Amino acid sequence: MATSFARPKAQELFESQKLALAYFAVAIVLFGAQLIFGLIAAYQYINPDFLLDKLPFMTNRTLHVNAMIVWLLVGLMGGVYWFLPLETGREVVGIKLAKFIWWVIVAGVTVVVLVYLFVQIGPGNAFTLWFINEGREYIEAPRWADIAIVAWVAVFLFNVIATTLAARRITGLLGVLIFDLVALGALYTAGMHYTVNVTMDQYLWWWVVHLWVEATWEVLVGVLMGWSLMYLLGTPRKLIETWLFLEVALVFGTGILGLGHHYFWIGTPEYWIGLGGFFSALEPLPLVAMVVHALYDAGAHRMHTVNRPALFWAIAQAFGNFIGAGVWGFMQTLPQINMYSHGTQLAAAHGHLAFFGAYLGTVMTLIYIAVQNVRRPIMIPLDSKYWSWAFALMILGIVGIAGSFTISGFSQTMIERAELGSTWSAFIRSYTHPWYTNTLGWRYLFAWIFVAGYLVLVYDLLTIGKRRESHAA
Amino acid sequence: MDYSWIQIAVAAIFFSVVVTLILSRGYGWLSPTFWRNAAVVSSLVMTFILLWLTFDTADQVRPGSGRIPDWTVINYEIKLVWDEEKRRQVPAVGRETGFFGKTWTSEEAFALINKGKMTLQSRNCMECHQILGNGAYYATDLTRAWLDPWWEERIMPLTGAKTREEAMMAWLKDPPSMPQGPRKMPNLRFTDEELKALIAFLKWMSAIDTNGFPPHFAVAQ
Repeated sequence: MATSFARPKAQELFESQKLALAYFAVAIVLFGAQLIFGLIAAYQYINPDFLLDKLPFMTNRTLHVNAMIVWLLVGLMGGVYWFLPLETGREVVGIKLAKFIWWVIVAGVTVVVLVYLFVQIGPGNAFTLWFINEGREYIEAPRWADIAIVAWVAVFLFNVIATTLAARRITGLLGVLIFDLVALGALYTAGMHYTVNVTMDQYLWWWVVHLWVEATWEVLVGVLMGWSLMYLLGTPRKLIETWLFLEVALVFGTGILGLGHHYFWIGTPEYWIGLGGFFSALEPLPLVAMVVHALYDAGAHRMHTVNRPALFWAIAQAFGNFIGAGVWGFMQTLPQINMYSHGTQLAAAHGHLAFFGAYLGTVMTLIYIAVQNVRRPIMIPLDSKYWSWAFALMILGIVGIAGSFTISGFSQTMIERAELGSTWSAFIRSYTHPWYTNTLGWRYLFAWIFVAGYLVLVYDLLTIGKRRESHAA
Repeated sequence: MDYSWIQIAVAAIFFSVVVTLILSRGYGWLSPTFWRNAAVVSSLVMTFILLWLTFDTADQVRPGSGRIPDWTVINYEIKLVWDEEKRRQVPAVGRETGFFGKTWTSEEAFALINKGKMTLQSRNCMECHQILGNGAYYATDLTRAWLDPWWEERIMPLTGAKTREEAMMAWLKDPPSMPQGPRKMPNLRFTDEELKALIAFLKWMSAIDTNGFPPHFAVAQ
């Protein structure tokens, strides 16, 4: 039945786009791994003795967070490999090298995950930091893996720059992409060091963590969503590029010194309280701009598109980024509030909602665009009845998870921090309070709803465009 | 530092706007050129200010410079006191007490704290605890762990230890056998040397001036 379509053959894709498909496939597998470890961690909150000796919370949480960072980055890079030949009108330069390093990275990620799972910890010396675990949240990967990641990003950057030069055509989108990738690659190296001075350690650690997710990743997403909107709605390039420049001006203009909101309490000087509070309060501005932009474009076309799942995820991305990163971030970024809310479950609420909105939404948009070109001609709109179920279940799931975290965060902020003076005893009394314990079951239930959405998503990605019912659309 | 944060913030925005306007003469504010210039200029201005402040911060957070204690602070009693001028708690160094029964020289203390930091990283502490407020949210914030009254109130009687450092050592050797609250810390197979180093690191960290975080530490009960 599927063969009755005039489908573009896989060989009509650029080699770079075939590589993008491999990126997307691995991204979806790692997304599944993220959910498994997240579920175990959520269950350990309810039953703290569960797997305490075999797979403690710290290991689950490391794998949950690392799988997320890697799959989202892989998805975003896959998006660049997808659109780069379309933007430059030619095959990507250095594609063989790109394929080679990709399989090295897949093998490397497998080794890192196996070591996390089965070795977990090591003795307190440099060997552990080089080969087992660096013990720094979000960038736990051992140093050898850091070097592999830098090599990977360097090849990626070479692909983008060499292809742009070979095409003898630089667009605004490509200019922003190159500018951003240079910063993204360079910033990662700021996290590749050891120092005993924990304040300086965290100072530079945030250059990777904050300046990736709140600056360079946001701009990368701006570029990818620009290409996606041009594809989905036919938005004129001039409009896309003007908005993109405005977004870059606001993201970097507020986000670089907005970094200061991580420097309130780590031993750094007091001027960071003012600077961090001021600039991070402005950080939601570009996110508002992105919502206006996406809604304007979609409204101007009355939601007519060649690819409904991709357009819905694109709009969800704009709203999710604004609500998760913007509203939930602003909720706790001012120092007078952050002094009490910092390091509580409120931060986890923000993290879950922001990564879902800003980055998961983007990767889903990109994957549905790619799937369309593999399965069927662009002329026929891509649609199915399953994608909307995955879309709804995942949004319901993440809103429930983040809502539960928000309530337990309020309880922790009030009881542990504001009332009881932040001690060990205060911590135990906050997490055994009914306001906290009641949320744990809700969080676990919504996590399963999210997993159900993931399973429908995987089924839909494997079958959309192949089924008879979507033929009539 | 001779400038207040307000002066820096105003100057950053002023330079970004003025340089953008100068470079964009002849272009309307709706043109791509105007916003391209704004993007490049604001990125460069903000990056320059960040680098400048980084040098100033690095200078102010050198151990022994005031905000960050000297390594030998582990030989002394550490307290949090109310600073009426700043209107927040600040760490204060008291009488000499020694640490694990001896007085450590600067070199010895550095080596010990360094080993403690490596131990902290090798056991992935941040994936349950917070360090200076950062980390996961499954266990307590360790910023002021050394100063926590729980060691005297609960752990010293439980372990029969005579000093706080000995109580911490006895408890951390096998936390699941002495659970505190429903959540248990796993046994992370620390050696005695690692534990001594880790506790030294925690003691040193408790004397960092964190601008009053966490608030009202151990004031209310």
